[in-house]
Parts: sequence; C-alpha cells; structure tokens
Amino acid sequence: MSSVIYKEGREPHPREHRVVFKNVDREGWDPSMERYVSEGGYDQLKKALTLKPGEVTDEVKKAGLRGRGGAGFPAGVKWGFIPPTNEKPVYLICNADESEPGTFKDRYIIHQDPHQLIEGMAISCFAVGAKLAYIYIREEFPEGAAILETAIEEAHKKGFLGKDIQGSGFDLEIYVHRGAGAYICGEETGLIESLEGKRPYPRIKPPYFPAAMGLYLCPTIVNNVETLCHVKHIMEIGSEAWSQTGKPNNTGTRILCVSGDVKKPGYYEVQVGHVTMGELINDICGGLKDGRELKAVIPGGSSAKVLRAGETFKIGRGDDEKEISIWDIPMDFDSLAACGSMAGSGGVIVIDDSRSISWVLNNINNFYAHESCGQCTPCREGSLWMKKITDRVVAGKASPSDIDTLDSVARNIDGRTICAFGEASSWPTESFIDKFRDELVADTNPELEGVVVNAETFTASANL
Amino acid sequence: MSFEVPTDLEKEIDERITHYPVSKRSAVLPVLHALQHHFGFLSEEAVEWTAAKLELEPIKVLEVVTFYPGFRQEAPGKYHIRVCRTLSCAMAGSYELMENICDKTGIDRSGVTHHNPIAVSPDGRFSIEFAECLASCGTGPVCLVEDDFHEAVSDVDSLLSQYP
Ligand SMILES: Cc1cc2nc3c(=O)[nH]c(=O)nc-3n(C[C@H](O)[C@H](O)[C@H](O)COP(=O)(O)O)c2cc1C
Ligand code: SF4
Ligand code: FES
Repeated sequence: MSSVIYKEGREPHPREHRVVFKNVDREGWDPSMERYVSEGGYDQLKKALTLKPGEVTDEVKKAGLRGRGGAGFPAGVKWGFIPPTNEKPVYLICNADESEPGTFKDRYIIHQDPHQLIEGMAISCFAVGAKLAYIYIREEFPEGAAILETAIEEAHKKGFLGKDIQGSGFDLEIYVHRGAGAYICGEETGLIESLEGKRPYPRIKPPYFPAAMGLYLCPTIVNNVETLCHVKHIMEIGSEAWSQTGKPNNTGTRILCVSGDVKKPGYYEVQVGHVTMGELINDICGGLKDGRELKAVIPGGSSAKVLRAGETFKIGRGDDEKEISIWDIPMDFDSLAACGSMAGSGGVIVIDDSRSISWVLNNINNFYAHESCGQCTPCREGSLWMKKITDRVVAGKASPSDIDTLDSVARNIDGRTICAFGEASSWPTESFIDKFRDELVADTNPELEGVVVNAETFTASANL
Repeated sequence: MSFEVPTDLEKEIDERITHYPVSKRSAVLPVLHALQHHFGFLSEEAVEWTAAKLELEPIKVLEVVTFYPGFRQEAPGKYHIRVCRTLSCAMAGSYELMENICDKTGIDRSGVTHHNPIAVSPDGRFSIEFAECLASCGTGPVCLVEDDFHEAVSDVDSLLSQYP
C-alpha cells in the first residue's frame, strides 16, 4: 500500500482508508488487464474457485458486508435467500444505475478500475451459482459502458470469464446492459423489468423478492457496484481482518460523496463510523465556504431525511445513550438511522445558510415528480402535487395552508406504494416540513389564503 | 425519408441480441440505443423494425420508447446537450448554465413541456434538455454533449466551440 502514489492534487485525505478506491486517481494506474494483473489482479477469483461456493458466501456473511446501494442490507444474508431447493438458473445483476441524487462513486470504479468490479462479480457469481450476469449501467455513462465491455473482453481472453474458468469447471458470461435515463431502474425490481425489455415498473414484494423470483422469474441477486467490489477484498484479507475495519454491524469502508456547500466536495473512502459529520465537513472537505454557516445536511442521497443544524439527536441505547449535535453524528448505518435519517447511498449534500429551503425542497420535488414510474396513484399524483405546491411556494404564490396540504400529501404516499420510491419521494417533504416549517411558511403569502391561483402565474418558474 | 438499417449496424445489433440467450425481448433497449445512435431519434419505422427483429408486437417497443427519457421520437440538433438540473448542480449554477447555452445558441425553450423536453437551435447545430442527476454532483454544473461528459462547466463559448 505504501508504494501507492496518487496524482498531484488528487491525493486521498489522511483520514481516508482506501480499499475499493485504492486505484482511483492513482499515478501510473490504468484500467487495462495488464495493469490489474500486475498487482495480483484475479488472484482472489482463482482462490475462490478452489473453495466451495457456500464457503465464499459464509465469508461474506461473516464479514458483515452491508449493501452500499441504499438499503444497507447484508449481502451474505441476501445471497442466502436463494431457495435451497432451487433448480432454476440463478442470475446476478450488478446495479450500476447510480442515479440517487448526490451519489457519484460507482462512476469512478467503472472508469478507473473496471477489473476490480469484474473480479468481484465473478467471485460473487461463483458463490451464488450464477452462470449469467449483467451489469445494468445507466445510459448516461456511455464511456463507462465501453470501458466495461473492453474489460470483459480482456477477461475472456485471459480465461477469467467464459467456459471452464481457470480449469475449475465454472462457466460465467457477463454482459453490459445500458439503461435509458430513468431513475426507477435503480430500484432492483424495476431494474429487472427493464432488463426484460419492458417499462421499469417495480414489482410487488412479496412475492417478487429477486433472490427468489427475479430475472425471468428465477432467483436473482442484485448488488451495487461498490458492494460487489468489497467481495474481492473480503476474499483477499479474509472476513476476520476485513470486519476489523469500520465498527460492529457497520463493518468495512465506504465511499462518501460530498457535494453542495463545502470547500472541497468530492469522494472520500473512510472506515464506516470512524468519522463524524463534523470531521467530514470541516476536516476532510475543508469546511463550509467563508462566512457561511451550516443550515442542513441530507446525509444519504436526496431520498434521505434532512438533518437540521442545531437540532439534537439521541443515539446509543441504555447506558450508552447520549444526546449529540449534527456535528457529532458518526457516519455509519446505525447512527444515521438512530438520528431519524439514513446512510443510504453515501451521498452527503451540504446546505449552507445562503440557500432558500423552499428552493431546495422544490428542486428535490421536481426530481421525484419527473421520475415516478406512475404505477401507484399516491406516488404518481402525490409526487406531482408536491412539486406543484413547492413551485407555488418558490414563486411566492402559495398560501400558508398550502404547507399543511403539502404535509398531508406527503404523508399519504409513504407506506402506500409498490416500491420504496414512495418513501424516497415523500421523506424529503415530510422532513423539510418537520424541521423547516417556519421557513417554508415564511415564503407563503397569507393574502392568498383561499384564492385560486392561475397555473400560468407560477409555472413560468417551474423546473422543466 | 426511407428507413434503412446499414448492414454493419444490423450485424452489431444481431451480436447484441446474443447477449440475451433467455429472452430476445430483453434486447429492446440495446436495439433502440443502436438505432437512436445511428438515426438520432426513434421514428415509427425504427419501432416497427425493432419489433420485427425481436418478434414482438410494435406496442411492446413503443411503450418502452415513450417511457424512458433517454429515447427521443423527434430529431435533435447535430449535437445534443443534456444539462443536469438536480440539487447539487443547481446549487453550483446549472440553471444559469442552461440559460447561457440557450443565449449563445439562440435556443428558445419556451415551448418545452414534459412530453417534449427538447429544444433545437434555429441553425440545427444544437439541441438541449435538462437531465436529472448525472452522478457527478461534486463537480457541478455538469453536462453531456452527445457522449462527452463535461464537469464544472463555466466557459460556455469554449464548450460550444468544441462542436462545430
Ligand atoms: C427508487 C430507488 C432507486 C434506487 N437506485 C439505486 C441505484 O441507483 N443504485 C443502486 O445500487 N441501488 C439503488 N437502489 C437500491 C436497489 O433497489 C437495491 O437495493 C440495491 O441495488 C441492492 O444492492 P446492495 O444490497 O448491494 O446495496 C434504489 C432503490 C430505490 C427504491
Ligand atoms: S412507488 Fe412510485 S415509483 Fe414505485 S412503483 Fe409506485 S408509482 Fe412506481
Ligand atoms: S446533481 Fe448534477 S450530477 Fe448529481
């Protein structure tokens, strides 16, 4: 590790612990097979192939690897959901849709270290018994798709993919499948429908849990890019050593993507739970812009509930319970959940006091109104109504009671829909109202109470 | 305009279809991508051609074309621009970027609607639309011009001059 030199100006922060991002921005590194194998690339696949598939799954279980795509579900446990009596083919899909606003990490793995992903996928496929796998990559990564296809071709030539890999008798084909610009394709069952050549309408769970009934109604494992890369490292150092990084139940490292109002936005791979929000913002990201104060943080992609500067949070249980400020929240799955939000996709959006809360919420609402797939009435209608109401607030055409309507619309979406997009779309509004109601109301006009507002007067400002 | 798929392109498409040994229908997106890449947009003929190729009813292809924002049914400009409008980029000035590009190219977005999100410049050189988060939120404002990705865009003239 010590011999790794990074490009000037792109060196990792000393607080970082680079594992998956070891080769990102590295001097003298390139995405080729030669470069990858020159440092032990594909050795972990070779090693895995000497084990029993169940042994690999056990390692991943023991490591405690939690999914990095959004829900934080333990990968090994998910793999174990494939019915033991299954006789159908098993598929694995790498979720490279990377579309949660605020998230930008999979992009760099794909562009700079594609073989790491392919090796991680191959090991995972071996563990779950998949002979056919797809990388579902968002259409807006054309260069990434081409890089992955080249890497797959190289892996074939070297006998790391194809028939009888390294003489083990294990066969595997991986193909790249490009999406077409719809956020809902990141949701795993929507993704599967899309991969079947249809509109990406999410499926109802149960019964359509992918591990039991996924692609072509066969058991299918869907994992995020970063999750699958970790599998390779678990093989390399063993679950024991791997799980010593991070903290219990929140093991390993993860990449935090910071954007918005900080001096040095960017991607930072840290041990889970080893840095606090304050250390992330002030030390790693160089702090807020000069003269600015923190207003809010969205800690896990735009779907995560907002945290307000100045509020206090209770974390820990029993004797360990304590009250902390936003600055002291450890950046891990359990702590962020205890603070009423989530670690989600690792996308941290920082908002300072120069921003209008109404404007921020409206921008988010526009996203969800545009991306709802339209299957469920509460989501399809509700996401559009939320957008329309905040369009009005931003345009100064809303009345104070519109905020109550906004609140009620949001609370009638979550829990009433087919997929978690319902929560993703309503949580921003619910949490912004919970924490910034005064500011939202301040942007309304009491004189408009009961007045019918003509659509044309405010849609001019709508974010088309 | 006659719709003819060149032999090379058809060969490429046939190869793509082999990536889906279980179901040919899975190849709808890749076939449409290949056709849109070549023709610039997806005409009725392209939809029918895809349906015939994959042995599907045309409606099964059309419903896909009309759902995904990445597919267009009308011709874009010579260079198609997608500007990210989502939160982090908006905070970094993506709405201003959109305005600047429209000013410099003479694009009028007043007729843009949810179903017709693309506006074309009078000379046909550029077309533009807003896109949702392009997964580069730390380097906003970002945009895609055709397949080229541009980060932290501030100088619109030098951006546009790369596309004659
Ligand atoms: C609306 C919605 C969008 C999602 N988008 C993504 C995405 O872009 N990338 C991703 O990896 N997971 C996304 N997910 C999570 C996936 O459904 C799935 O849980 C994940 O890919 C599983 O991988 P993991 O266990 O490795 O995290 C999304 C979920 C929802 C509900
Ligand atoms: S919750 Fe929204 S995105 Fe999910 S299936 Fe229903 S309408 Fe579609
Ligand atoms: S907000 Fe523009 S790339 Fe994410």
